[in-house]
Amino acid sequence: MEHVAQHSDPHYDQEASKMGMWLFIFTELLLFGGLFIVYAIYRFMNPEAFQMAGKELNITIGAINTIILLVSSMTIAMSTSSLQKKNKGLTVLLLEITIILAVIFLINKYFEWGVKFDHGIWPGSEHLLNDLGKGEILFFGLYFVMTGLHALHIVVGLVIIVVALNKIQKGTVNADRPSLLENAGLYWHLVDLIWIFLFPLFYLIH
Amino acid sequence: MQTATHPSNEVSYLDYKGKYKGIFGWIFSTDHKRIGLLYMYSMLVMFVVGVGLGLAMKLELIAPGKTIMDPGTYNAVFTVHGVIMIFMIVIPGLPAVFGNFFLPIMIGAKDVSFPKLNLLSWYFYVAGALLVISSVLFGNGTPDTGWTFYAPYSFKSGTNLLPAIFGAFVLGFSSILTGLNFIVTIHRMRAPGMTWFKMPLFPWSLYGTAWIQLLATPVVGITLVLVALERIFNIGVFDPALGGDPILYQHLFWIYSHPAVYVMILPAMGAISEIIPTFSQKHIFGYRAIIASTLAIAFVGYFVWGHHMFTSGMSGTAQYTFSILTFIVAIPSAIKVFNWISTMHKGSINPEAPFLWAVSFIFVFMIGGFSGLVLGALAANVHVHDTAFVVAHFHFIVFGGVGFAFFGAIHYWFPKMFGRMYDKVWAKVGWAFFTVGFLTLYSPMFYLGMMGMPRRYYDYLPEFHAANILSSLGSWVMTFGLLIVVINLFRSAKNGPIAEMNPWNSKTLEWTVPSPPPLENFDEIPVYGEKDGPYEY
Ligand code: HEM
Ligand SMILES: [Cu+2]
Repeated sequence: MEHVAQHSDPHYDQEASKMGMWLFIFTELLLFGGLFIVYAIYRFMNPEAFQMAGKELNITIGAINTIILLVSSMTIAMSTSSLQKKNKGLTVLLLEITIILAVIFLINKYFEWGVKFDHGIWPGSEHLLNDLGKGEILFFGLYFVMTGLHALHIVVGLVIIVVALNKIQKGTVNADRPSLLENAGLYWHLVDLIWIFLFPLFYLIH
Repeated sequence: MQTATHPSNEVSYLDYKGKYKGIFGWIFSTDHKRIGLLYMYSMLVMFVVGVGLGLAMKLELIAPGKTIMDPGTYNAVFTVHGVIMIFMIVIPGLPAVFGNFFLPIMIGAKDVSFPKLNLLSWYFYVAGALLVISSVLFGNGTPDTGWTFYAPYSFKSGTNLLPAIFGAFVLGFSSILTGLNFIVTIHRMRAPGMTWFKMPLFPWSLYGTAWIQLLATPVVGITLVLVALERIFNIGVFDPALGGDPILYQHLFWIYSHPAVYVMILPAMGAISEIIPTFSQKHIFGYRAIIASTLAIAFVGYFVWGHHMFTSGMSGTAQYTFSILTFIVAIPSAIKVFNWISTMHKGSINPEAPFLWAVSFIFVFMIGGFSGLVLGALAANVHVHDTAFVVAHFHFIVFGGVGFAFFGAIHYWFPKMFGRMYDKVWAKVGWAFFTVGFLTLYSPMFYLGMMGMPRRYYDYLPEFHAANILSSLGSWVMTFGLLIVVINLFRSAKNGPIAEMNPWNSKTLEWTVPSPPPLENFDEIPVYGEKDGPYEY
């Protein structure tokens, strides 16, 4: 009975949850890895078309979104260390900033895709299938799939951060039990990292 | 003997009454043992469906021409049969049932690292299974692409493929979460003193398997997503009319699906590595060699996928490379066979049902493995690719390997899981019918394939008739054996004689806890000393 008294919750193992998160990140990397391979092969097969199609994308919005994500990665990292320093107010503030940045990212994405739709470009659109070449079809197909899947990950990350924020306010996530926030941070860095590859692949290589 | 001290440990996991009553005490339970049984019962249901479809195919093939179904139906039947058997039976297979039930106990832990996630994996399993079933029940036409969902047919076929594809994706997610849970559990929760090289071989095999589940499954996941998006939006990636390359689909599919066959077989080998030393009452021969070969299989298995595509269009260099690597990946499996045989050598053999299943496992596994070498050789492969020979090969390996090991494992661990012993005579009778039926069912297919009978057709030329009759007969004998086995186990779980705590005199930790184990398995976490080990007979 003694050891029951010692650990109030014997099932809490901070190392384990961090390790689990890392393993999950590996699977995410392989998920996107599959897409990056597909991209690499089709770029190799259609170099000119990919180059031309890439010019259609708006580098400015892409760059702004890159900066947004980088800053949000920073704010969530800072929130983790301020939780360690038991500064709850600052932690909450930093997380709120992260959430706002993520939402701005999604709004930008929305307008970016909207412009493409206005130009008649979406997967399977008539303009794409009839007027553009096969390389362009592949480029835009991959563009929508990869940025779409990435946006989905942003949404998932947002949900996790909101949950973490909630629990920090309630006090169930705190300096002694920071796993959820740390994992949210890890996941958010992953989402950021993937974007760091998507941005040059689609917007910058000409 | 230990005396129970924890209040929750006074009754077995089967009798334990938690917050929820009745069935909810099961489907909301995060106890790894109950989850293991949840998997077992849900897999049994799907298995019955799969076997029924298999029998239907064999009945169709008992004579040339149409016997009981038309060609379209046959296509649908082998597709659903394949999807069920692969994604719902052999991939979750031993890890989901015996891994969940015994991994924590064998390493001296009270549960897995993430019990809630564990339950979630089972929910995903059920959701995936329901999705696949819904593709059969609703929509216009049952999927007819084969379980491989090859492009471009998988987005040209008018049948109700989307739920099936999505179901396979969800099942993959379940598999990933189980793998993740096991890796963390093995890293974090081994009993004090149980170093890596004191860990039993079944957990070791689960460890190797879990890494494959984790690193290979997402690739097929994204590939299936792409096929689904191709169907809905025409994104073009696998559609030759839009610039895409259907061969790329095959590559991505097999990059997962070849490693996946090791997800199926490694835990089977792990279970065999527990059974053989127990029933030989001898230390396992080459403990470290078995571990090394497990890890070698897990690693090399990633680089041989091309052997499924020798006739799909590949450069000569790629073909040679994949062929050589395929030969290499056979070596670690052969090492294990060598080790099992050497373990039996001069042991005091106790030919109980688990041992019989284990020995016949080795037999059918070797036949399957040798036929795999035939398929890995370039020239021979071109001759027998997509014939009944391939069907025989993978049934010997997948059904022979996983099936025999599963039945061996259930007969081995049954007294621990249910606290009762089965009827040993009926267990052996069932085994005999099953084995004879199995060999009669699949051996003729080797011959048929070599004579040129293609697979996935409802019809064949008259000269193939005799061997097909034999094969269909075998399917009935095997099913009869299966019935005996299952009925025997079901009856004994209720009414069998009470089993001793360690009826086989095994040395691994699960035999040191009461049968059936209490909720938290151990009152005190066991400590492994210098001299302790899983096979010290
Ligand atoms: C009573 C048991 C079984 C019988 C009678 C049976 C029979 C068959 C037959 C006749 C085919 C179709 C061959 C063709 O025309 O191409 C087939 C395909 C297949 N079976 Fe089985 N089988 C059984 C159990 C299993 C098990 C346990 C597994 C998995 C471990 C399995 C996995 C498969 C797979 C993956 C295919 C290929 C499906 C496809 O071509 O898409 N079968 N089986
Ligand atoms: Cu293979």
